[in-house]
Amino acid sequence: MKPPPFSYHDPATITEAVELLATLDNAKLLAGGQSLMAMLNMRYAQPDHVIDLNRVEGLSYIRATGDGLEIGAMTRQRDVEFSNDVRRLCPLLNEAMPLVGHRQTRNRGTFGGSLAHFDSSAEIPTVCAGLDAVLRVAGPRGEREIAFKDFPAGYLSTSMELDEVLVSVRLPAWGAGHGFGFEEFARRHGDFAIVSAAALLEAGTDGRITRASLTLGGIGSAPVRVAQAEAALMGEPGSVETFAAAAEMARGIDAHEDIHAPAAYRQHLAVVLSRRALEKAWSRVEGN
Amino acid sequence: MSEKRRVSLAVNGTAYEETIETRLTLADFLRHQLGLTGTHLGCEHGVCGACTVLVDGYSVRSCLMLAVQAGGSDITTVEGIAPSKDELHPLQEAFRDNHGLQCGFCTPGMLTTLVEFLRDNPSPTERDVREAISGNLCRCTGYQGIVDAALDAAQRLKGQDRTAGPDGGESP
Amino acid sequence: MSRAVFGESVKRIEDPELLRGEARFIDDISIPSMLEAALVRSPHAHAEIRGIDAAAALKLSGVHAVLTLDDLRPYLLTEFLVVGLPSPSYKQERNRPVLAGDEVVYVGEPIAMVIAEDRYIAEDAAQLVEVDYDLLPAAADCRDALADGAPTVHKDAKDNLLAEFSMGYGDIDAAFGKAAHIYSEHITQHRGGSHSIECRGAVAVHDPGTDQLTLWVSSQMPHSTLRVLVDMLGRDENQMRVVTPDIGGGFGPKLVVYQEDVAVSVAAIKLGRPVKWIEDRREHFIATTQERDQYWEVEVAVDEDARILGLRGSIIHDHGAYTARGINLPQNSAESLPGPYEVPAFRMNTKLALTNKVPVTPVRGAGHPQAAFTIERLMDRIARELGLDRTEVRRRNLIPAAAMPYTRPLKTRGGVAVVLDSGDYPRSQKDTLERAGWDQFPARQLAAREEGRYIGIGLANFVKGTGRGPFEQVTVRIGTSGRVHVYTGGTAIGQGTKTMLAQIVAEQLGGDMGNVTVTTGDTAATALGIGTSNSRLAVTAGTSAHVAAGKVREKALKIAAHVLDSPVEDLEFDGAEIHVKDRPGRIANVGVKLGELAHAMAGTPGYSLPGGMGPGLEATEHVILDAKAFASGTAVAEVEVDIETGGVVILNYVLAHDCGRIINPMLVDGQAIGGTAHGIGNALYEWMGYDENGQPLTTNLADYLLVTATEMPRIDLLHHCSPSPLNPLGVKGVGECGVVPAPGAIISAVEDALTPFGVHIDRAPISPPEIVALIEQGRERS
Repeated sequence: MKPPPFSYHDPATITEAVELLATLDNAKLLAGGQSLMAMLNMRYAQPDHVIDLNRVEGLSYIRATGDGLEIGAMTRQRDVEFSNDVRRLCPLLNEAMPLVGHRQTRNRGTFGGSLAHFDSSAEIPTVCAGLDAVLRVAGPRGEREIAFKDFPAGYLSTSMELDEVLVSVRLPAWGAGHGFGFEEFARRHGDFAIVSAAALLEAGTDGRITRASLTLGGIGSAPVRVAQAEAALMGEPGSVETFAAAAEMARGIDAHEDIHAPAAYRQHLAVVLSRRALEKAWSRVEGN
Repeated sequence: MSEKRRVSLAVNGTAYEETIETRLTLADFLRHQLGLTGTHLGCEHGVCGACTVLVDGYSVRSCLMLAVQAGGSDITTVEGIAPSKDELHPLQEAFRDNHGLQCGFCTPGMLTTLVEFLRDNPSPTERDVREAISGNLCRCTGYQGIVDAALDAAQRLKGQDRTAGPDGGESP
Repeated sequence: MSRAVFGESVKRIEDPELLRGEARFIDDISIPSMLEAALVRSPHAHAEIRGIDAAAALKLSGVHAVLTLDDLRPYLLTEFLVVGLPSPSYKQERNRPVLAGDEVVYVGEPIAMVIAEDRYIAEDAAQLVEVDYDLLPAAADCRDALADGAPTVHKDAKDNLLAEFSMGYGDIDAAFGKAAHIYSEHITQHRGGSHSIECRGAVAVHDPGTDQLTLWVSSQMPHSTLRVLVDMLGRDENQMRVVTPDIGGGFGPKLVVYQEDVAVSVAAIKLGRPVKWIEDRREHFIATTQERDQYWEVEVAVDEDARILGLRGSIIHDHGAYTARGINLPQNSAESLPGPYEVPAFRMNTKLALTNKVPVTPVRGAGHPQAAFTIERLMDRIARELGLDRTEVRRRNLIPAAAMPYTRPLKTRGGVAVVLDSGDYPRSQKDTLERAGWDQFPARQLAAREEGRYIGIGLANFVKGTGRGPFEQVTVRIGTSGRVHVYTGGTAIGQGTKTMLAQIVAEQLGGDMGNVTVTTGDTAATALGIGTSNSRLAVTAGTSAHVAAGKVREKALKIAAHVLDSPVEDLEFDGAEIHVKDRPGRIANVGVKLGELAHAMAGTPGYSLPGGMGPGLEATEHVILDAKAFASGTAVAEVEVDIETGGVVILNYVLAHDCGRIINPMLVDGQAIGGTAHGIGNALYEWMGYDENGQPLTTNLADYLLVTATEMPRIDLLHHCSPSPLNPLGVKGVGECGVVPAPGAIISAVEDALTPFGVHIDRAPISPPEIVALIEQGRERS
């Protein structure tokens, strides 16, 4: 299991990286390498060119903006895990980060790499879906932003063009005192989730839900928002019955089957974990 | 057809300037080009953790990194953990005393991971230790001896000067 | 004074090198001008090979050869590895060819060996080798494989029955005829691969000047590798040496001699260059032998008091495509089914089915865990049906201590009587239950249920035959350096063999472990060797080492007595010297160094040896131990099941085990805990999946789940000591013991947790989706 032959490029700027990507045939971008390197070793990926983003300047940062966070695509997952800004502004992400692989993979793996690779079982895409993240990409036609809802394009594939590079991600923060809950079922600690659920809730002074976000990871080809449940939660009081009913709406979501779990089990987990994530989120809504 | 690069890096405190095939993994470079065979390959797809080394003080799977990417870095492998030829690092001593190894194949990755972990978490709980090594597979020990060794090493390292480097410093 | 080391938790002599990264494993061996190999393997479970085109591969710069069976044939007397253990029950002889000829019969079967400057280039070239296949239907499921009209695994076969045998004793029909109750179970069992963290590997070096072939190989049995090479290459033993470097775990499959071991040997001869082949993890999944499926149908007859009257049934065993070891696995399973219980009448029929999958050979436990699981499932069933506590049913059926040694009217595969040599099984159960708080569990369970948590407790007893004979050779030699050298045919695969033997030898030769070196697994060091398997080395090599060391001690004392002119009774060993008792120290003429004694016994031309004794200061022993020493014990698991996700957490795990006298408690604990981890994997995690076409589905360590530190509970160990009367040390093996009861105890606990849903579990492993489905079915029933 050794990587196939390829030409190696290590651009210093995003402009150079984009230029290389636009001009080279059958090129692959190498970020943290925690997926791509394994695929190279197994020769599932056989690119002619590998463009390494690790020496590109200015892609690694976590910045508090007026309305949330901006995270550079090459920011190591470890830095996200231990960021005070992330803990403060996106506690949902903070809660999910220790579940991303293991300490050695988080030390090297990048925030953007997980999004660009886009395994639907991965925690980072699921959290980004729940937060309505906005992804900034650079290409030969300049930079553009992609709303997360427009990002998925099938299993392990995104709406980024082949000549585009993910540059940064904006995560809009939820209001102070919002509740959050990330729940997943994985066979072992650190494994990809069979199903994960990310919930965010805000409530008014009357104790009724004013804003809700519920996302499932691992169930289909991409993380999916349970829009029906989100709508149903609006204006409801946070109660066991409310959350059970909302969670039940996750059952109808199309689920895939693999060696780890049949589709029906994933749908079952979707309901269970949705309820747990919502209850956990509700328990954290300030004032409860 | 094989593409090469000239790369400078430090491994266990020794500076190297090497010509490296660009597709060579860091693990194969350390093992076969530098002859540092203490770093082991157990899966080559980033799951077993046997190949873990410290890159600039952080634990990394060396099968999931190209050697050229390590240019300018300071690498510590299992060979660089002990303070001298005659002494073992307190963590290594604790592994021996607590039967934290049997066949020893996963051990280099366990040690490098725990050197970093204990540096960052000098007073861990058993659960913390188990999570820290959850990305390192061991087929022999059932992990109990390793966990005990890590907890024991944390005690031994207490009070020692940890500013000396990523290996946890020298014995008092 | 001689220091006591036997029975002490002395530190391992293996550790310093391993901890410093200075050990030498197979892939650490590098020899000037060495080439590296990669294999072209079958991607199909069954196909005819119409042609192999290596032209493109050979054009690649750095490629030295692409070897197919045709290229190897001129160097071979036979192209087949004939390794099957003898048995009259074979219906077909199915030996592996060194490389596939005109047919491949499992995914992963080696077809061609590419040899290049390095492994990277070898893999590049392997991708370029074009093999023209004609696909054939495959037999994947071992039950279906035995059905009429099933596709045959080999195109020249008339069916897939590899072997069939029956064993038993007593009047089984009468037992069932007079039974108050008869219960039957259909039990599905699966075990996976070994997954030593180091995969396999071999390095062959041929010196054309001396025509010497040296094969370094990560093997549990280098002597059998040598014998296979003698058979296949037609070379003499003295032209070859097989030697093991440090081995990164074995767990069974490394006892097998593999096609690659032979192919690299031939390649080194043919190319005149050293050749290395290192198995990667993907190859380990498809090309290294594994354990797999067994389907059991069993019936138990009991009287009104829940005492077993008879036990009968059948096993269908997935053998894989070839015989890489023999009928031993299902033989172990059937033979050990009665376990620690009194079973007056017994009959098992076993069929071994060929399948288009990689061959099946022992993995740690070797068929015993399946037997323990089956009998323990039956015990739980009897308890449930008769409304008795699960512990009570077992208590009534356990062989009492007073009945030891207990002869079971069965024979092992080698015709040796099965005699449970020692042990107190009821006490083991009793102590384990006490430690695990069994009697207080109902209160814990009730409290948990009130919080909506489902906890359960389960137990399993076991016996495990260890120390399989007939012998292991050990030489103990005091050199002129004064150092004590120990050589054994056994191999060190991580279990602490070197420390164990050094302890046994040091105990008699001065007590200084630091003065003892141990050489394992080298055909140049010992003429005979069986190797490592079946929890056998402490018993077999340990005994030989003990006897050999005793002889060396006796001789050394006699010579010292002669040299010091002092009676033997007045002398004692102390480290690297022998001196007169009660006068320790450095005073001349009262002590003599071992090196001096060895010098004296090495002989000087023209001078007689001192004391008229024979030359040398060494002894070689191969103590014959045909009968197995039966280790035993009990496991209790307490688990919590998340009834919504099917997730299982082990809250507490107590293992009592009895391996006779303990040589090194620390090492014994390590074996017991490590074995338990493997057993937990077999209960809850490990699954080597194949589809209906024989395509393996779990070929990486993200899909095939090994237990990690976060899933492992802390194992609470209890030691009992019933010395084995079969060997002078009173020891029994421990390496496999932890595995054996784990699935039985854990599944029993899971079932107990799910009692409110009437869940009955008839399989291992069990996955969260299966648990959720069982709960669902239970709810529908009620």
